[in-house]
Amino acid sequence: MDFLNPAFWTFVAIIAGIYAVFSLGLYVQFSLAGLPNFGHVAFMAVAAYTMAILVVRYAVPMPLAAGAGLVGAILLALVLGIPTVRLRADYLAIATVAGGEIIRYLAMNLPDLTGGPIGSIGLLGPGQIALYNGDWLAFLDRLAGNLSGVVGTRVSRDAAAAILVWLLAGLLVLVLWRCERSPWGRVLKAIREDEDAVTAVGKNVFAFKMQALILGAVLAGVAGLLLALQIGVFSPEDYQPTLTFYAYLIVILGGMNRLLAIPVGAVVFSLLYSGTRLLNFFPLSLIDSGSRAFLRLFLVGFLLVLLMAVRPQGMLGNRRELLLEK
Amino acid sequence: MQASLHELAQLILNGVITGTILALTGVGASLVFGIHRVANFAHGEYLTFGAYMGLVFNSGLGQNLAVSALGAVGATALLALAVHLLVLKPLRGRGLVAMSLITVGIGLMLRNVVFMVAGPQIRQYDIDQSAVFDLALVRISPGQAVAIAITVVVAPAMALFLARTPLGKSMRAVADNRDLAAVSGIDVDRIGAYVWMLAGGLAGLGGIMFAAVQGAFDPNLGFEILFLIFTTVVLGGIGSAYGALVAGLVLGLVMELSTWSGLAGGLEARFKPILAFVALIGLLLYRPQGLFGRARVL
Repeated sequence: MDFLNPAFWTFVAIIAGIYAVFSLGLYVQFSLAGLPNFGHVAFMAVAAYTMAILVVRYAVPMPLAAGAGLVGAILLALVLGIPTVRLRADYLAIATVAGGEIIRYLAMNLPDLTGGPIGSIGLLGPGQIALYNGDWLAFLDRLAGNLSGVVGTRVSRDAAAAILVWLLAGLLVLVLWRCERSPWGRVLKAIREDEDAVTAVGKNVFAFKMQALILGAVLAGVAGLLLALQIGVFSPEDYQPTLTFYAYLIVILGGMNRLLAIPVGAVVFSLLYSGTRLLNFFPLSLIDSGSRAFLRLFLVGFLLVLLMAVRPQGMLGNRRELLLEK
Repeated sequence: MQASLHELAQLILNGVITGTILALTGVGASLVFGIHRVANFAHGEYLTFGAYMGLVFNSGLGQNLAVSALGAVGATALLALAVHLLVLKPLRGRGLVAMSLITVGIGLMLRNVVFMVAGPQIRQYDIDQSAVFDLALVRISPGQAVAIAITVVVAPAMALFLARTPLGKSMRAVADNRDLAAVSGIDVDRIGAYVWMLAGGLAGLGGIMFAAVQGAFDPNLGFEILFLIFTTVVLGGIGSAYGALVAGLVLGLVMELSTWSGLAGGLEARFKPILAFVALIGLLLYRPQGLFGRARVL
């Protein structure tokens, strides 16, 4: 009975929190700066791979390796962004999705560096199982122990992780809320609305776009690190473009242009996504569990179409830009 | 040297086949992009749908591959028309990014419907997979032979259709400049619907060819080739049908020939898609109008 199992719901909470952080990155890029980044998942992949490789191969301490992972995400943002952020929106979308696919193909096809198709578990070569999250689990155990002392009841390791992830997500929402209302955030929004006008008042549009891309990349990197650390194993297949579109769905689900709605969107999405595994009553019980995974993805697609159909103007907060053909 | 020559001939053959698939699907995607201003992320799924409709006719109804291909083309054309009329047309005018996200959603739906109906297992057409035709320089599988036959018939027919027939000319005209086409008396809406049918039919054909050449396929077939189709579209210049025809062939040949060992050892085959994606990003940077496009279209 998954339905009553608290461990299951704790897991859903962790994933929702991680998706919230991931989507906040997309919020900065897409909702604030108007950059349709369709390759967001690549930042996740680069951060996770950088960290895991440093920990497993070079025995770098986990916090340091995680920092290096974020640096990796920033570097990718520079490499991908400097040439592409000047492009028109549809070209940018195609270019970023191609960039994301390059990262995934490289991860798949450079087994000496990345472990190849089997992923992080093969980082030490065949026959050895590579693990990178020992420090993280030990840290969570200590945290859970301390929390248990404070709360009075036993706090599981996963519950500690969920609390940590959501504290981080909450903190990030506050920081971004402040950023959005700063002069910096106003310039970004202005760029989204009318790039030429912002150029005309003497702002460096390119620099602002790059800053938004990099900030989003860091947030995606954080999400990638948390996901990799929490799950404990990953492979190139975990970084399909679909993941980027989950983030789009969350940004749109939560009420489009509202920062505070992103955590809500992440929770709703995770409930929908994990919840479909609970739909095992008649007549859905006729569908076997393998097919239900596909049904779930079908619903993601359906929601994407539906939400875009009923609330187009909310997505960028700019009716003009969306309803007029450029 | 002899071995290297054999390899070269084989690579050219493979390149022409891959190139034709990209060229035919690219023409459809490019016309759609030009006319409807949609980067159709569901285009790959149209290929998948075509491949599976081919399977229904071929394995399910026991038809030969030619009949199956025709059936698949018709079915996919109808699918593309239905998606256009039911979803994309009512929702049009929402901007490129919004429309692209909608096609992402449609693609996810289609792919997972195929997964649910056909199952995730790997499929094959009912043709002799082990047979090999040995033609002095090159060896071709029956699947490749089918693809070559389609290439020889359809690619010139396509070029002729676009160049000579009123419908083909109208399509190019609308893709080139919608308003000018409209004032010269072309029914833009009707042509728009025909273009979707053409794009769907060609995608279905490309799907069957791709599946036959690969030998085995699963519902991810089309999605895997989607970004190569985009590369073709951009390379040829968005909206340019001839551009896409040429660009597809060039891309197919370059990708295959890059692995030729006579070429400084050659690129490893697994890096072929990466080569194409790097080319795509490079193109978008320095020549976003494509090799044959004109800057003003942008």
